Amino acid sequence: MPVADSLTHLDRLEAESIHILREVVAECERPVMLYSVGKDSAVMLHLARKAFYPAPPPFPLLHVDTTWKFQAMYELRDRMARESGMELLVHRNPEAEARGINPFDHGALHTDLWKTEGLKQALDSYGFDAAFGGARRDEEKSRAKERVFSFRSANHRWDPKNQRPELWNLYNARKAKGESIRVFPISNWTELDIWQYIQRHDIPIVPLYFAAPRPTVERDGMLLMVDDERFRLEPGETPVDRSIRFRTLGCYPLTGAVESEATTLSQVIQEMLLTTTSERQGRAIDRDAGSASMEKKKQEGYF
Amino acid sequence: MADDLRAPDPTYRTDALIAEDIDAYLDLHQRKSLLRFITCGSVDDGKSTLIGRLLYDSKMIFEDQLAALEADSKRVGTQGQEIDFALLVDGLAAEREQGITIDVAYRFFATEKRKFIVADTPGHEQYTRNMVTGASTADLAVILIDARKGVLTQTRRHSYLAHLIGIRHIVLAVNKMDLIGYDRAAYDAIVADYAAFARTIGIERFVAMPISGFRGDNIATRSAHTPWYDGPTLIEHLERVEVDSDAAQAAPFRMAVQWVNRPDLDFRGFAGQIASGVIAPGDTVRVLPSGRTTSVARIVTLDGDLDRAVAGQSVTITLADEVDCSRGDVIAAADTPPQLSDQFEATIVWMGEEALLPGRGYWLKLGTQTVTATVQEPKYQVNVNTMEQLAAKTLDLNAIGVATLATDRALVFEPYADSRQLGGFILIDKLTNATVACGMLHFALRRAQNVHWQPVEVSREARAALKNQKPAVLWLTGLSGAGKSTIANLVEKKLARMNRHSFLLDGDNVRHGLNRDLGFTDADRVENIRRVGEVARLMTDAGLIVITAFISPFRAEREMVRRMMEPGEFIEIHIDTPLAEAEARDVKGLYAKARSGKLANFTGIDSPYEPPEDPEIRIDTTAMSVEEAAEAIVRRLIP
Repeated sequence: MPVADSLTHLDRLEAESIHILREVVAECERPVMLYSVGKDSAVMLHLARKAFYPAPPPFPLLHVDTTWKFQAMYELRDRMARESGMELLVHRNPEAEARGINPFDHGALHTDLWKTEGLKQALDSYGFDAAFGGARRDEEKSRAKERVFSFRSANHRWDPKNQRPELWNLYNARKAKGESIRVFPISNWTELDIWQYIQRHDIPIVPLYFAAPRPTVERDGMLLMVDDERFRLEPGETPVDRSIRFRTLGCYPLTGAVESEATTLSQVIQEMLLTTTSERQGRAIDRDAGSASMEKKKQEGYF
Repeated sequence: MADDLRAPDPTYRTDALIAEDIDAYLDLHQRKSLLRFITCGSVDDGKSTLIGRLLYDSKMIFEDQLAALEADSKRVGTQGQEIDFALLVDGLAAEREQGITIDVAYRFFATEKRKFIVADTPGHEQYTRNMVTGASTADLAVILIDARKGVLTQTRRHSYLAHLIGIRHIVLAVNKMDLIGYDRAAYDAIVADYAAFARTIGIERFVAMPISGFRGDNIATRSAHTPWYDGPTLIEHLERVEVDSDAAQAAPFRMAVQWVNRPDLDFRGFAGQIASGVIAPGDTVRVLPSGRTTSVARIVTLDGDLDRAVAGQSVTITLADEVDCSRGDVIAAADTPPQLSDQFEATIVWMGEEALLPGRGYWLKLGTQTVTATVQEPKYQVNVNTMEQLAAKTLDLNAIGVATLATDRALVFEPYADSRQLGGFILIDKLTNATVACGMLHFALRRAQNVHWQPVEVSREARAALKNQKPAVLWLTGLSGAGKSTIANLVEKKLARMNRHSFLLDGDNVRHGLNRDLGFTDADRVENIRRVGEVARLMTDAGLIVITAFISPFRAEREMVRRMMEPGEFIEIHIDTPLAEAEARDVKGLYAKARSGKLANFTGIDSPYEPPEDPEIRIDTTAMSVEEAAEAIVRRLIP
């Protein structure tokens, strides 16, 4: 029999991700999808809608909020929750809120309290035993070796020396009481795959991925966007309108923009393909402890 | 030389097209297929360098990464002032310091025709587990050989494992050709040597090529240094070979049901990934294991119904008739369904720190089916260096062996040679939940096909009713000398006085007959308990109250027996006597013998006892008399 339809790489990545999403729903008691509103989350959410169609995905979305995301992210978050018919849970670490932790005064503590601690609190308080995350193996060296099903001890630690082998498409989701799994359905996608899939399925993404004139300041070699009045200008700094866009989205005072004229998806992809720096370079989080920093964060419970 | 390394090869990606007509480029890229492959080689074969080279040439490395790489190369690199590509792919901090890869890492790159996922797997013997893991999803294996060294033990091992896991495309990459002056005769000798070996393990075809990962010879472009070589470059070959999921379209249709989609009463869809074949609405299918036949009504997706779906796709299908179908069932082409059996021969690769315990129950996951399986003592173990078959009583970490296994329910399966999805399985330890092994089914044992359950006309309920009692197993567990036999005897006497029909199975007595052939190793202890469990089950079928007195030191086996019984019939009773107390009593003088070294594998001394975590009854013998203990047990059974 001749080959009827040869699947493309996007078809095969999609099929694999859907298989993973369904496997978790079939084998875990209380899954949740971590939704960070970025482009990877957008693709992951779309895959979940496909996996369970015509039912809505049988788990809630969880946004671990830091209160410092871009305004445009909050808008898209609420819209996507409505459109997908899924419950949206928003968690803000009460301790960080009470102490007024912010990226200007607290540096690394900001990420640690809002994101790492906030995530642990949310998972514990709702009793989720599996959490989908949108990490990709091509993002960073220590991610390249992480399993699709990544086990965390009761206190959320990751042990890179003690991972379960993953063979074929068989995933072992069994765990002891108190243990949980972080599941990465889009592990095998690259940045280009993500963009192409967004284009193929016309998936809504935050407009900040497209270039537009926005108020910016240049600081420590990074272009930062002045997204609201909480942005603290240093002496001599005045916001300047520049045509910018973002390759990755996080807390706005920590996320570097690139100058760009790319206003369409094709142009964004074109820039990405011709660019000479990696995606995570715009993120301050990877830099604070040298090249092994992400690995250390993961062991402590960061996604 | 560093300069010509810095120029990525233009054949991977057309930057001109990207710049001039991005939409045309994207259209091209949308239609790329995906090939997954593994690279096998030891630390010195230049494996990481080759992968680094593929990433670098295909421009998957950005300037900031390159800057970091240059700095790292000077600091810890092994190539002097030149770029050490190996540093690009060595991931975790500990490995970076040791300079070795110790796990499976996945890398991504693309050419004009294909996208590639590379599993980077280590070559050390203790990491057979990782190579098998990386190979399980690969369409192709690149076996690297250092041209200066030729075919080594590890080359044979990698080839054996690649073949074992069913990889259809093998590339023999004779690397570091630059270091032997591109010597054709040396290359030909290595290829001939390898061909002779490959035949002995059943590899019929392979493609050999002379390369240098470091210099880039015959990777993306044909090397001027090897005019005598007229085969494809590595990239050309990787772009051309047929991927497994395409090949699987020619096989009969099979889909394991992952999840039943039931949003409302009107819709009932069966979700799964198609393992093989092609399906269209109207096709006749059979649901296994029930065997019911129906036809496909719709193939439902978010983007609208499909008129056909093929191997590799994840779909949701609805059936024309209301048939019973749930997770674990397999929907298959009606005229060529897969087989059904509960006893198999299989190759098993052991991946757990704790060795295989023949007879112990493990979870077995195959497709979307999860059952309890017990593995017999291996028929033989394979020495992965010499391919010799050795006698073995168990399998340790990284050992590969052939054994028979039995499952508690029939599995829908196909031989692994026909289907990775319906023939490959993993074993999971029931207590630690670790994935301890993977395996490949060869065939169903004929005895499973010919031994059927004989339906009996007088039911177990009828037998129990005749005796006017509810059958049960009173399972006494505890250290030697804890008082199990004494208490069990008194319980039986009390039951007899109450006109109850019981039978006492005592550890020492059973070892004189039924289990005369068993010793006291961990494996024999497991088998001892399995047999006693089976006998106890037959006796409860006969309507009896069974009392057992066995040390039964392992939780896993007590759990196994519990699962053999009807719910509520198994009553675990922990005869809890502290070790010091039992040793002080030492009725049979066994502790003294064990302490003096005259008795090995004695529970509590040099063999572990795992106390029940949540027994139905706990008897503290330091606080209760034998009479009180027996009375408490009887009252629990007959209130």
